[in-house]
Amino acid sequence: MALRFSSFVPAVLIGILAASAAQDRSIVVASTTSTQDSGLFGYLLPIFKARTGIEVKVIAQGTGQALDTGRRGDADVVLVHARAQEEKFLAEGFGVKRLDVMYNDFVLVGPRSDPAGIKDKDIETALRMIAAKAAPFVSRGDRSGTHAAELELWKRAGIDISASKGSWYREIGQGMGAALNTASAMNGYVLSDRGTWISFSNRGDLAILVEGDKQLFNQYGVMLVNPARFASVKQELGQAFVDWLVSSEGQAAIAGYRIDGQQLFFPDAKRKGS
Amino acid sequence: MSEQLSAWQLILSGDPALFAIVRLSLAVSLSAVALATLIGMPLGALLGLTGFPGRPVLVVLLNALMGLPPVVVGLAVYLLLSRSGPLGSFGILFTPLAMVIAQTILIVPIIAAPTRQTVEDLWVEYRDELTAMDVGPVGRMTTLLWDARFSLLTAVLAGFGRAAAEVGAVMIVGGNIDGFTRTMTTAVALETSKGNLPLALGLGLILVAIVLAINAAAWGTRAWSERQAG
Amino acid sequence: MRAPASDLPLVLDEVSLRAGSTAILDRLSLTIAPGAPTLIVGPNGAGKTSLLRLCMGLEPPSSGRVSWGGRTDRAMTRRAILFQRPVMLRRTAAANVAYALAQAGTPRQLRAARVETLLEQVGLSELAQRPARRLSGGEQQRLALARALARDPEILLLDEPTANLDPAATRGVEEIVLSAAGSGIKIVMASHDLGQVRRLAGEVIFLVRGALCEQGPAQAFLDSPATAEAAAFLRGDLVI
Repeated sequence: MALRFSSFVPAVLIGILAASAAQDRSIVVASTTSTQDSGLFGYLLPIFKARTGIEVKVIAQGTGQALDTGRRGDADVVLVHARAQEEKFLAEGFGVKRLDVMYNDFVLVGPRSDPAGIKDKDIETALRMIAAKAAPFVSRGDRSGTHAAELELWKRAGIDISASKGSWYREIGQGMGAALNTASAMNGYVLSDRGTWISFSNRGDLAILVEGDKQLFNQYGVMLVNPARFASVKQELGQAFVDWLVSSEGQAAIAGYRIDGQQLFFPDAKRKGS
Repeated sequence: MSEQLSAWQLILSGDPALFAIVRLSLAVSLSAVALATLIGMPLGALLGLTGFPGRPVLVVLLNALMGLPPVVVGLAVYLLLSRSGPLGSFGILFTPLAMVIAQTILIVPIIAAPTRQTVEDLWVEYRDELTAMDVGPVGRMTTLLWDARFSLLTAVLAGFGRAAAEVGAVMIVGGNIDGFTRTMTTAVALETSKGNLPLALGLGLILVAIVLAINAAAWGTRAWSERQAG
Repeated sequence: MRAPASDLPLVLDEVSLRAGSTAILDRLSLTIAPGAPTLIVGPNGAGKTSLLRLCMGLEPPSSGRVSWGGRTDRAMTRRAILFQRPVMLRRTAAANVAYALAQAGTPRQLRAARVETLLEQVGLSELAQRPARRLSGGEQQRLALARALARDPEILLLDEPTANLDPAATRGVEEIVLSAAGSGIKIVMASHDLGQVRRLAGEVIFLVRGALCEQGPAQAFLDSPATAEAAAFLRGDLVI
C-alpha cells in the first residue's frame, strides 16, 4: 500500500508540472474584475485562441492590483480602465505603449424606492443629494478603475469624500460583484460598470437610476508589460494579443458580445500610442 | 460555465467545465495532503521522540501553526514565486503547482502536530519493548508511525479537509484562471461575486458532498483494515 | 551470524539503583552463571523487576558495575527480555515475530521459515494470521516469548510472565521456558509463585528491600532456607 501511495504523488505532480509546461503557448493577462464578471473574456478568448492558438490566462483583480501584478513582472499584458494609473505605469517604465481598446459606461444603481430622490439627475447632482441625505452608498474601496472613477466623480461634485464620509459610506475593498451584492443586501447606492450590472443576477430591489451622463464614460486601455524590465515577459505572444484586440477582427468581436441583446463594450481603438 | 444553469443541471449534463474544476480541486488538495504527509509525519515523529533544549518551544510553535491563515500562506508563497521574488525564475506562479505548494505548507502543521502527540504518547507504551528489541532511531519512528496508523488517519483527513475547503491561498497563488487554476472554492467565490448565488450554493454543496464521500471512504478503509490487523 | 561473545557470567558488582532518594537496589553483588534456570523471588517492591531491567541493560545502575562476560558495554544482542505485560505490535502474530527477527538481524530469506519454527515452538501456529492484539493473555505471552526467542538469546529474562494467567496458560508458558532451558538458554525469571519456583528453578535469588538476602540451589532454599526472612517468606508471612 505504501508503494502505491508513494508512486501516486510523483505521478500527479508530474502531471501537474507537465500541464504547467504545456501551457508554453500562453500568456498571462492581468485585467479587472469588471471585464471578467461581465463575461467578456469568456466570449473573446476562445475566438482569439481559435485564431492564433494562444492560450490567454486571465488574472482578474482591481485595476490597481492588476497594474501591480504587471509591475512585479507576473503578467505579460495588462488590460485595465483607469487612465491616470495607466499613464503612471507607463511613465515608470513598466509598460511599452498604451492603446485604447474599448469603452463602456458606469451607471449609478440604487433601490427602486430611491430615498435620495436622484433618479434621472446628472451624476454630480445625484452624488451631492446622496451625501446630503446620508443614504447608504457602497464603495469598492480597492484602487480599481471603478473606484478611481467614483472618487473622481465625488471630487467633481465638489465633495471631499474622505472628509465627509460617515457611516453611510461603506468601503468594502472588494470587486464589483461583491459591491453589488452588498448594495443589494443593504438597499444602498453603488456605482457600477454597465457590463457587470447587466450580467449580475442578484439584483434584489436595485435598478439603474442615473445613466448616460458624459462623465460616466469608462475607457479601457491595454499595455504590453515592458520586456526590457522583465526578461520573462512573452513579448511575441503578448504583442499578438494586443494587436488582435485593436485589430478590426478583435474590435468586431468586442462589439459582438451581448447579454440579453445588449452590447456591453464599445470598441474604440484609435491606434494612438502614448 | 453557463451562468443560468443550476448546479444540478451541470452535473447531470456532465458539463466539462464543472468536471474539470472538480478534478483540479481534488488533484491539488490530494497532492498537497500526500506531500504534507510525507513531510509532516516524519517531522512529527522525530519531534515526538527526541529531546533537545528548546523542544517545548518547537512543540508550541507547531501546534500554533495549525491555525495558519490560508490567505497569509497564499500571500507569502505569492511573494516567493512572483517574477520579482526569489523563486520567480521557475515561473510557477499562477499554476496548479503553486497551489499545491501553498496548500502543502498550510497543512504540514495540521498533520505534524497530532502526529507528534500520538507518537509521543505511544512511545511511553512501546519504549521498553522497542529498546529491548534493539530498535534504532529510524526503526522507532517507522514502527510507531505504522502502529499508530489508524489514529494518524484522522490527522490526514483533517489536513485534507482544510486543503479542500480553503480559498484564500489558492486564489492568490493560482489566480482563479478559467480552465486552468479554478477550483471548486474559487469558483464558489467567483459565482458569488457575480451574483449567481444559487449556482454558488450548488457548487458549494457538491464540494461538501465530495469531501464527505472521501471521508466516508477513508473511514470504511480504516474499519476494514482494523479488522485485519487489530 | 556474527561470532557471539558470551554474555555469561552476568556479574553485578555493588550495584545500586536509586530513584530520587529511594534506593530500589542497594549495593547488590551477585553472579549469574550458565546452567539451570535462576528464579528471582521476593516480596513485592523487593526490586525484582529493576534487577531484571539492569541485567538486560535497559538502564545503567546509579552506582556499581554490571558486566556481561566481562564486558560492560550494554549491547544487548545476545539477551532478550519478556515483560510482565508485553506490548503487541499492531499486526499479525506472524508479523510480530518477523519484526523481532528483522530487528535481530536475521536475513530476509530466512525469516519466513524461522517465523514458522518459532510459532510452532510456542504453540501458536494456528494463530499466525490472527491480529496479535486480539490474542488472549496467555497467547500474547507466548507470542512475546516467540519474539524473545527470535533474538536467539543466550540469556532469556522473564518478569513474572505468568502472574496474570490461568493455570492452563501458565503451564503452556512454563513448558516453553523449560524447553528453552533444555536447549541451552540461560533462564533468569522473576516469580511470585513458589510452586513455579519448585517446578522450574535450579537456583534461587531471594531479594528483600533491594538487597540480596540469599542465593543458592533451589532445593536448599525451599527446604532449608538460611535466613529468617527467607523462612518467613516461605511460610507465607509478610516480609517487611
